[in-house]
Amino acid sequence: MLTPLEWEALTLSLRVSGVAVAAILLPGLGMAYVLARFDFPGKALVDGIVHLPLVLPPVVVGYLLLVSLGRQGSLGQWLHETLGVSLPFTWQGAALAGAVMAFPLLVRAVRLSLESVDRKLEEAARTLGASRWKTFLTVTLPLILPGILTGGVLAFARSLSEFGATITFAANIPGETRTLPLALYSLVQTPGKEAAAARLCVISVVVALIALVASEWLARRARRRLEGRHA
Amino acid sequence: MLEAQVFQRLGDFTLDTSLTVPAEGVTALFGRSGSGKSSLIRLIAGLGAPEAGTIRLGDTWLVDTQRRRWVPPHRRQLGVVFQEARLFPHYSVRGNLRYGMPRAARTDFDDLVELLGIGHLLSRTPGRLSGGEARRVAIGRALLSRPRMLLMDEPLTGLDGARKQELLRYIRRLARDTGVPILFVSHDTREIGALADRVALIEEGRVLASGPVDEMFARLDLGPRTGRFEASSLLEARIVAHDEALCLTRLALPGVIEGETLSVARLDGAVGDAVRLRLRARDVGVASTQTPPLPDVACLPATLREIGDEAHGPFVEVMLDVGGQALRARLTREAVGQMGLYAGQALQARLRSVTISRHDVIVT
Repeated sequence: MLTPLEWEALTLSLRVSGVAVAAILLPGLGMAYVLARFDFPGKALVDGIVHLPLVLPPVVVGYLLLVSLGRQGSLGQWLHETLGVSLPFTWQGAALAGAVMAFPLLVRAVRLSLESVDRKLEEAARTLGASRWKTFLTVTLPLILPGILTGGVLAFARSLSEFGATITFAANIPGETRTLPLALYSLVQTPGKEAAAARLCVISVVVALIALVASEWLARRARRRLEGRHA
Repeated sequence: MLEAQVFQRLGDFTLDTSLTVPAEGVTALFGRSGSGKSSLIRLIAGLGAPEAGTIRLGDTWLVDTQRRRWVPPHRRQLGVVFQEARLFPHYSVRGNLRYGMPRAARTDFDDLVELLGIGHLLSRTPGRLSGGEARRVAIGRALLSRPRMLLMDEPLTGLDGARKQELLRYIRRLARDTGVPILFVSHDTREIGALADRVALIEEGRVLASGPVDEMFARLDLGPRTGRFEASSLLEARIVAHDEALCLTRLALPGVIEGETLSVARLDGAVGDAVRLRLRARDVGVASTQTPPLPDVACLPATLREIGDEAHGPFVEVMLDVGGQALRARLTREAVGQMGLYAGQALQARLRSVTISRHDVIVT
């Protein structure tokens, strides 16, 4: 059904986005918790930096990544020399670009659901002998699960559709960083490949739809458990 | 025993008071809304920290600001029942009950579930419970955490009359059967009359007085605070007979000669059971000892103990002694003058049976 090239682009896309979301899940949860629950000087600044990728042109984000994590960048140089890791022009680099772009969406969704959690339930848990940590795991976390799911799928979709930052930071290397949008872009640039481009278009739409439907289904299931229509 | 001495400013409100709760029975913390009773409960539970003060439970210091000691709420071993039930929506009733339950308390589970009458609810989720059921589960959940004391913050708020009555009975039973001391916050004199052994009166962030419930109810000087119109006395009595045909129960007061019974609507208790009666001062009248009996009116031999010192207004409150128990009566100033009442005088306390409703009698 799919040509080897399409298959390659699709699996690469899924892998890059999967790794991106997995990598930001915990930091995103932590950042959302800090922003939702604590007041500290410079909070507005932190909030702004987290949300910057939402409003910056993605190319700028990619360029900043390249400048800081490239071989010439101070951070990139350190990574290369101490850990032997080089991110630009690799699929891990593409995942990083996707992660940075998706981070604010995840934080936003989790933060919103954290803010809607009834703090009184957490108080009740504390009086029942639960430490802060146990309260978080047994009360807060289950209550924000729908928000985490929604945010996770949103981040996954954002990472899947990432183009500007990826092509700037990780370039467009077949089999390494040529994800679906990049493959589509290459086909559009090539005369006579309109049909192949159309096929990729359809694949992208189908993947996005599946993600959205799955997230909706999961979130509804989780909400139903909370409202108690199921035991 | 719990001893708290705390100081805390909350906006322009200051809580600055001390409170002692004995290690047994039900102690009511009584005050209007905004008097600081909920804030005090939160400090005791550890959901807030006082600016200065100490809180001690038995020989454990929970708070001592001078020694920078503050035990976090989960290590205080205090059960809290909040105004809203605060059940966890993502656990079943059983899950909620077990949330804070230590291994050692497993054997209590079945007994408590039965005592609270929530056995048929165990697999339900909290969203499908009625208000009264949810409160009962919340009480069970708090008790199963094996608390050294149970704090209840107006747990009856928002329930209708029948549910309230039912929950009151459960709480009374708990206090008697589990032996866990209860600190009960309320602004309702009827709830307190039904439940409390002791009362602490709080106003504007300060506990003004505390003592046994009958004494507190009887103290004339607290009248304006408990609400003069609702002013009442609490009396202990005993069921001596039921009259099934007339649907009446006869009650005898201790220290009052046989025959002088009080008739009330048929009660559930058995003959010999103790009951607690709440009699409103405005329903009690006095008459001289020679006055002939009237049908439907109980005549209890009484001694006038004290005449209230209100200087103005149409009404005066007098305190009577009925077989050693304090009974307050509300009279017109006119009647006090016409009858020439004086302290120490022998009188009859008169009370129409129909003024005592079922809600005013608690079988204990």
